Amino acid sequence: MTPPTVTAELNGDAALVAQARQGDPAAFEQLVQKYERRIFRLAKNITNSDEDAEDVLQETFLKAYSHLDGFQGNSKFYTWLVRIAVNEALMKLRKRRSDKTVPLDEGIDTGEETMVREIAVWEENPEQKYSQEEIRAILHEAIASLRPAFRTVFILRDIEELSTEETANLLELSIPAVKSRLLRARLQLRERLTRFFKRKGDDIFAYL
Amino acid sequence: MTSLLTCKDFLTALNEYLDETEDAELRREVERHINECPNCWVVFDTTKKTLKVFKGVDLHPLPEEVHRRLMARIHERISRQRQVQP
Repeated sequence: MTPPTVTAELNGDAALVAQARQGDPAAFEQLVQKYERRIFRLAKNITNSDEDAEDVLQETFLKAYSHLDGFQGNSKFYTWLVRIAVNEALMKLRKRRSDKTVPLDEGIDTGEETMVREIAVWEENPEQKYSQEEIRAILHEAIASLRPAFRTVFILRDIEELSTEETANLLELSIPAVKSRLLRARLQLRERLTRFFKRKGDDIFAYL
Repeated sequence: MTSLLTCKDFLTALNEYLDETEDAELRREVERHINECPNCWVVFDTTKKTLKVFKGVDLHPLPEEVHRRLMARIHERISRQRQVQP
């Protein structure tokens, strides 16, 4: 077996996981501190609730701690955590509905959401028109308006920056399904944000 | 000569283009289309800005008290486990 010190130099997370397994509490705490922000953001984005997001955050790390032995060193620790967090968050969503079968595979593809309605030029740096607080509120509302099936894909791909393959894997979707949901999510967000970000007094015809 | 992408083809290719696909042929076709179709240029430009705005903001910063409660629960779990398996 490779001595822990050598491993630590080679791979931070893997070494911390190994130390945590051997009962070093500080090692696990370091992992928590490294990833708690990202897991909280993910949980809040998916569940759309402070209370649920906190539950998901705690459950994710407690489950990770209890199942450290089941962590396969061949995947990244962060991806493994995200998998636990996404499952916990989706469970919260399902619990909120009376029909427990829905979120991720809901809906028949009508193609409706791919439609483009708003054609208006935006400001060059549209976010600069608003305070940080206002921007958060605008973006949060836009994400929250997406159906969970699209929202989750957008969050994993464009906010948490997982690959298409990782996202497909995590959500048990095909790669084409991830791609088409991502496109619809992006286009729907674009539609919602246009109201806030379009250049004042303009319409596209001025440019034609 | 290849024919110009339709607006529908452009939408289908938009994701790959925004994700910086290495498919040079696809990139060229998308660029040709948006240079000639003002509406699709707007869709492209505003979708690109949508992603940029989301990437520039931490939507949900972790509240300090949420962090503290998390650490407290983790300490509790670790110390319980240590009592069980000294």
